[in-house]
Amino acid sequence: MSILFYLAYKLVLVLVIFAITLGVAAYSTLAERKFAGFFQDRLGPDRAGPYGILQPLADGVKFFFKEDFTPANADKTLFVMGPALAMLIALITSAVIPWGPSLEIAGYQLPFQVTDLNIGVLYISGAVSIGVYGIMVGGWASNNKFALLGAIRASSQMISYEIAMGIALIAIVLLAGSLSLHDIVAQQSGLNWNIWKQPLGFIIFITCAFAECNRTPFDLPECEQELVGGYHTEYSSMKLGLFLFSEYVNMFVSSALMSALYFGGYNFPGLDYSTMAPNVAALVGFGVFFAKILFFIFFFMWIRWTIPRFRYDQLMHLGWSILMPLAILNMLLTALGVLYLGK
Amino acid sequence: MLAIFFYIFATISVLSALSVVLFRNPVYSALGLVTTFFAIAAQYILLNAQFVAAVQVMVYAGAIMVLFLFVIMLLNLNVNNEPSRPALLQGISVATSGGMLFLVLLAAARSAGSLSPARAADNSIGLIQTLGQTLFNQYLMPFEVSSLLFLSAMVGAVMLGKKEYK
Repeated sequence: MSILFYLAYKLVLVLVIFAITLGVAAYSTLAERKFAGFFQDRLGPDRAGPYGILQPLADGVKFFFKEDFTPANADKTLFVMGPALAMLIALITSAVIPWGPSLEIAGYQLPFQVTDLNIGVLYISGAVSIGVYGIMVGGWASNNKFALLGAIRASSQMISYEIAMGIALIAIVLLAGSLSLHDIVAQQSGLNWNIWKQPLGFIIFITCAFAECNRTPFDLPECEQELVGGYHTEYSSMKLGLFLFSEYVNMFVSSALMSALYFGGYNFPGLDYSTMAPNVAALVGFGVFFAKILFFIFFFMWIRWTIPRFRYDQLMHLGWSILMPLAILNMLLTALGVLYLGK
Repeated sequence: MLAIFFYIFATISVLSALSVVLFRNPVYSALGLVTTFFAIAAQYILLNAQFVAAVQVMVYAGAIMVLFLFVIMLLNLNVNNEPSRPALLQGISVATSGGMLFLVLLAAARSAGSLSPARAADNSIGLIQTLGQTLFNQYLMPFEVSSLLFLSAMVGAVMLGKKEYK
């Protein structure tokens, strides 16, 4: 394979995944408002285009044309860096997600994944652990006490839930015997999904994912009764847009991770990809994976409009005294199971 | 190819390390240090030591520096309320740190004939499988002892953080 062909293929893959991520995130904002409307027995946005399908476009245009205001005593450089960092870190995680079985172009087997790192799971924990920087930098640079409080809430919440999340991931690694996401997904063929072996681990992981994305019931960093708008109080125009948008990108990526780690990724019972033509298999696999992702995005929204917000001490109690011991227990039980029962 | 990347990341790490010392604003210094950690993690990847790179990012950039930033932001340290230090103290600290830097440079200049990117003799030496095999076979005892040490440090931190017992 020539190096140019290889580079072009990687570049196209990156661009496609980038576009899909942003597209899904944009339409999640509309879906969220439509679902909110449904749950609250009203219509939701329906003015822009039929059923409001042009609403994300209208929102985007509105964000760009609003006045871009920077507070007088804000730290200018970091004020700009905050939302950019938040978006960047939200996007980089999708590099290790396997989107489907291998593609076959011009006689070459090409993985449908930007990069199959042999430390994929560690890469994810790394990306999760640096996810606090955007919010922290933005909240501090605003020079506003509410923004600072929101930033501190967000970062302490994310640091606390990262631990339980990491330990839940260790159980998956123990089962798979590999840190590569490609291997983890490939092992869950048919209905051999990890969720059957790791139900507790999945509950821990999804709870932590909610906290990491700052979604209700853990959206205390932007708790409007107490903190005005939280860490993005001083932001306006597209900078605010980037902060809000990165939350949806995070949601998309964590849904993809949940589907890949616990729900078999592109595997589905009855579908045997080895008997299909490679490109058909890749497309069908991608469709299956995408359906799972969309379900989890719906689940995020379902929870948001169903469960009220926690109190901050309850949040910390849940993270440190319930989820972390449970995650350690889950890890020990998994280790014992792998040792004595085999995989 | 490897050499080009080495020089790019080496330049980034040196520049960001300098920025840690030269910035007056502690938040900028802390962010400079984070950049240094990332550049060093990139060097580890060039050496095919992905595990060390990932741990470097997770532990240093993801945990320790976040706590550093936390404290700096909460204490609201900045140029305005920086305490003025006596000139003698400043002189002593400049002399000490300068002397140490000189020592490191001297040691580096003695051993390194030419500056070239380090090449691992065995390419698989930094891979996680190799590392795990080595840690859990050859160095099992030191590994377990150091993990006990960490556990005791954690217990100690929890005890110190607890409110007074009645």
